[in-house]
Amino acid sequence: MTYTFDFGAVLDRAPELLWGSLGTLGLALAGMLLALVIGILGVVARTSKSEITRTLVIVFVEVVRNTPFLVQIFFIYFALPLMGIRLNPTVTAIIALGINGGAYAIEIIRGGVESVSRGQIEAGFALGLHKADVFRLIVLKPALRAIYPSLTSQFILLTLTTSVCTSIAAYELTSAAQRIESDTFRSFEVYFTVTAIYLVISTLMMGLFALVSRHYFNYPTR
Amino acid sequence: MGPIGENEFFFLMQGLKWTVLLAVVGFIGGGIFGILIALLRTSKMKVARRITAGYIGVFQGTPLLMQLFVVYYGVALLGIEVNAWIAVAIAFTLHASAFLGEIWRGSIEAVPKGQTEAANALGLHYVSRMKDVILPQALKISMPATIGFLVQLIKGTSLAAIVGFIELTRAGQIISNQTYRPLLVFGIVGAIYFIICWPLSHAGSGLEKRMAKAAR
Repeated sequence: MTYTFDFGAVLDRAPELLWGSLGTLGLALAGMLLALVIGILGVVARTSKSEITRTLVIVFVEVVRNTPFLVQIFFIYFALPLMGIRLNPTVTAIIALGINGGAYAIEIIRGGVESVSRGQIEAGFALGLHKADVFRLIVLKPALRAIYPSLTSQFILLTLTTSVCTSIAAYELTSAAQRIESDTFRSFEVYFTVTAIYLVISTLMMGLFALVSRHYFNYPTR
Repeated sequence: MGPIGENEFFFLMQGLKWTVLLAVVGFIGGGIFGILIALLRTSKMKVARRITAGYIGVFQGTPLLMQLFVVYYGVALLGIEVNAWIAVAIAFTLHASAFLGEIWRGSIEAVPKGQTEAANALGLHYVSRMKDVILPQALKISMPATIGFLVQLIKGTSLAAIVGFIELTRAGQIISNQTYRPLLVFGIVGAIYFIICWPLSHAGSGLEKRMAKAAR
């Protein structure tokens, strides 16, 4: 083995990596918010009286969950201009991430809503709680706690998925890496460094989510 | 715009062949190493538990695309002359071994402790205890999650397209560039993935529901 590693060439481009990381965080955050909105709307639509609406939601969830994100992002990337919508790649990426994450969020949130038992709500009213308090303390909080682990791990997955957005040249860490690679030809060093950055990002997110959980859901289950 | 004819469809099918092959190799290779990881992760040796936990954490905490890039260029650095197919197959095998290892760790731990104690009381040694008592039960418990991961893996093989490997998605990209019909082509490509993944997802969640009912 005669190869000599040269991480210096990569470290010289540290500002670009930093901006790329911020781009990744931005994509992830915007994607999560959109996914959450789609998730909540989807759950409401799934309980609609119209059978067509309910079926549409189910078809949406199944199609998104059983096709690759890369194919979805290409489809959206080419479909939007045909609909007369011209957006920059980064916004397109956010829409694709939101749609993808939204399908998973629908299933997760639905599980949480179903986990709240009717008897608990009745018990709340019997104790003389106000309607808003019943919703906040008895429906929302336990439902949030029930879905919190799966929802947050879905969010971390979404953050990692943002790397695929490089395929439509969105502004994020992986596309920054590809730019640096084509300038320096230090392929292994670049991708190794960037992989480490992703690991730091996802580890920090996990820590943050755990911290929130410890503060907000810190009460005994039974 | 060009038409999507027999030739284009044949090209997509060629791509599909590589997608399936990649998923199968990744799943089998990942399965073999995954069992090893799961056993080490649940072993009595603290060092082995630490190392495998780290291994799993790295693969779960980084994007699959980055894993593909690092392995792809990493293998080339080792000085071994390998083609793209082998490099990508190695990457998917490593990726799958971490995820399957974690899934199976969970199911090994889900087997009631009494089973291990009973096997010990019967004087079974480690290999027999695992092979004949714990793993068969763990495998059954893990089925829904294992099938779920297989679906993830099949979808994940599409990322090999970004490394330049011609599988289904890359074949779709090439045809889309030739015919200028991206929506039709990616619609067909998406439909092919759906036809493969949906029955698997359905089987997995059906199994999960039946097992949940049986457990009640």
